[in-house]
Amino acid sequence: MLVTFFEKRESIKKEEEDILSLRRYPSTTIIVPCFNEERTVVKTIRSLLSLDYPKYKLNIVIVDDGSTDNTWNVVKRFGKYPQIKLLQKPNGGKHTALNYALANIETELVGCLDADSFVEKDTLKKIVKYFEESDVMAVTPAIKLYKPTHIIELVQNVEYMLGIFFRKMLGTMDAIQVTPGPFSIFRKKVFNDLGPYKKAHNTEDLEIAFRMHESHYRIVNSHKAFVTTVAPKTLKSLYKQRLRWVHGFLENALDYKHLFLRRKYGNFGMFMLPAAVVSIFSAIYLVGFTIFQLIQYIYDKSVQVRAIGLPTDYFSFDLFFFNTQTLLFLSIILIVMAIAMIVVGKIIAEDTKRSPMDIVYFLALYGLIVPSWLFMSVYNTVLSKKNSWR
Amino acid sequence: MHKFETKKYLYVLAITSLIFFTAIYFSNYFNDKKLAEVKSIEDKIAIDILSSETQYALLQESSCKDIGNKALSQELGNLSDKLSYAEEQFESDNTEVINLKRYYSLLEIKDYLLNKRISEKCGKKAYFIIYIYSNAGDCPDCTEEGYVLTYLREKYPDLRVYSFDKNLDLSAVKTLLSIFKIDGELPAIILDEKAYYGLRGKEELESLLPKAIRDSAKKATTTPLLSS
Repeated sequence: MLVTFFEKRESIKKEEEDILSLRRYPSTTIIVPCFNEERTVVKTIRSLLSLDYPKYKLNIVIVDDGSTDNTWNVVKRFGKYPQIKLLQKPNGGKHTALNYALANIETELVGCLDADSFVEKDTLKKIVKYFEESDVMAVTPAIKLYKPTHIIELVQNVEYMLGIFFRKMLGTMDAIQVTPGPFSIFRKKVFNDLGPYKKAHNTEDLEIAFRMHESHYRIVNSHKAFVTTVAPKTLKSLYKQRLRWVHGFLENALDYKHLFLRRKYGNFGMFMLPAAVVSIFSAIYLVGFTIFQLIQYIYDKSVQVRAIGLPTDYFSFDLFFFNTQTLLFLSIILIVMAIAMIVVGKIIAEDTKRSPMDIVYFLALYGLIVPSWLFMSVYNTVLSKKNSWR
Repeated sequence: MHKFETKKYLYVLAITSLIFFTAIYFSNYFNDKKLAEVKSIEDKIAIDILSSETQYALLQESSCKDIGNKALSQELGNLSDKLSYAEEQFESDNTEVINLKRYYSLLEIKDYLLNKRISEKCGKKAYFIIYIYSNAGDCPDCTEEGYVLTYLREKYPDLRVYSFDKNLDLSAVKTLLSIFKIDGELPAIILDEKAYYGLRGKEELESLLPKAIRDSAKKATTTPLLSS
């Protein structure tokens, strides 16, 4: 990734120069699927209404997917806007809500905005710019978190900064693995050619990207098209979200295993897919190894206490006993590289004014919480368990 | 159509290899420094022992005063800690570590013999514990015994503790084991020429020590012996 950054940084900078000057405004529809989103959907719709894009070229379709809260009543007040269309259907999952709307869309571009995400005024223009290249079939945005404050949110904030960096680099390599729910925009032709969204283990945004790669449809990233999304605020909700994502990735990777290590799928098949799977398993191995070492240390200390009681001489410092194994130096190099990528992500996301404490929280905590959903995702995949939304 | 950039993959391979080699280089560099430190401690101890032996040879016809080196016991203990750590950190078949361990065992035997001779000639009672362990996975109690003996060594400066790895390929150690007929379960402890097999706790070993040693007690500290 860093090699790609150093290789492409000039051209990436150049992309930013005239990103707002569009040759034309293609007709676009944004679908907002909602299920019990009464608290955030108003802000989502208002952000769409504020988009700097000709009104007659922009349609908004809000689909209430059988919400059991007040969502329908909340969205009904937007019925007076001519560019907004309201639809209601029994609950069937996000992909059914998207397909329900897709069935009647005839615009050149179509996209989705999750009802807990918000766009900036110029986000759509910065995305549409990339469609001026005729072979671009989908454009993903740069996703940031909506006002992160708690530690759990700050840890995710750094993760999203890394995500912004990775997605841009993967975009230049034609290897983006997901077209996320918050404001990925497609040519309508994608759905006409490849068919509608699938349930795809409740990760329809991953599956459509896999399907596009299978057909050699190009996905790029507009790194300055910002979308903010509401982050899970508790460990439990974060765990559930990530379990769905990673489990969904593994299930889709199995469904599309024929793309792995196939040169004709380029960097996606040769690098992205294998690297993602290997990184899941290596993270599990590393954590298993660390836990094993920790247990061994605790056991050793307990033997010491059993033998001679509590040690009385704790502080004897000698550089000789400083760990100098290869793994330590590799870890230091990897941490420095990770920090470099986070910093680049922050510069792209214009998030440099925040205190760097979020990076400290990330380095200290991320490795402790990630293995839980990685392990369960592998476990669920091996046992063919169903992936659930909530 | 998808891109596949062979050239970039080769660059990445080269950079990744460079990162790995850099990490391996730094690791080897610091590990070599550590082994050099162990070697230099051993050389210093060897000179100290040789000095004591020479002193003994010079004075054996006349006087018994001030022969030997009490501080040597602590230095051997310190060396034992470092060797033990090096054994854990490096691969168990690292020839350099094994050679350093052999050298250490020889120094222990020399120190033991010298002190025994001085003790016999001068009529001063010397107190030794010879500790036989194995770290080949066949001695689950050796770690605990190691902690107990380290504790005793630290608490009683007049007590000399010599530890030997039963599996060390060194004829002098094998001879020592055969002299004391060490053939039972490990850990084994030789105290006052008598062998004790199996784990011996702190209290039990302390009770076996003569009063003169117990009276020399100082505040206890803990560092592991060459075992586990």
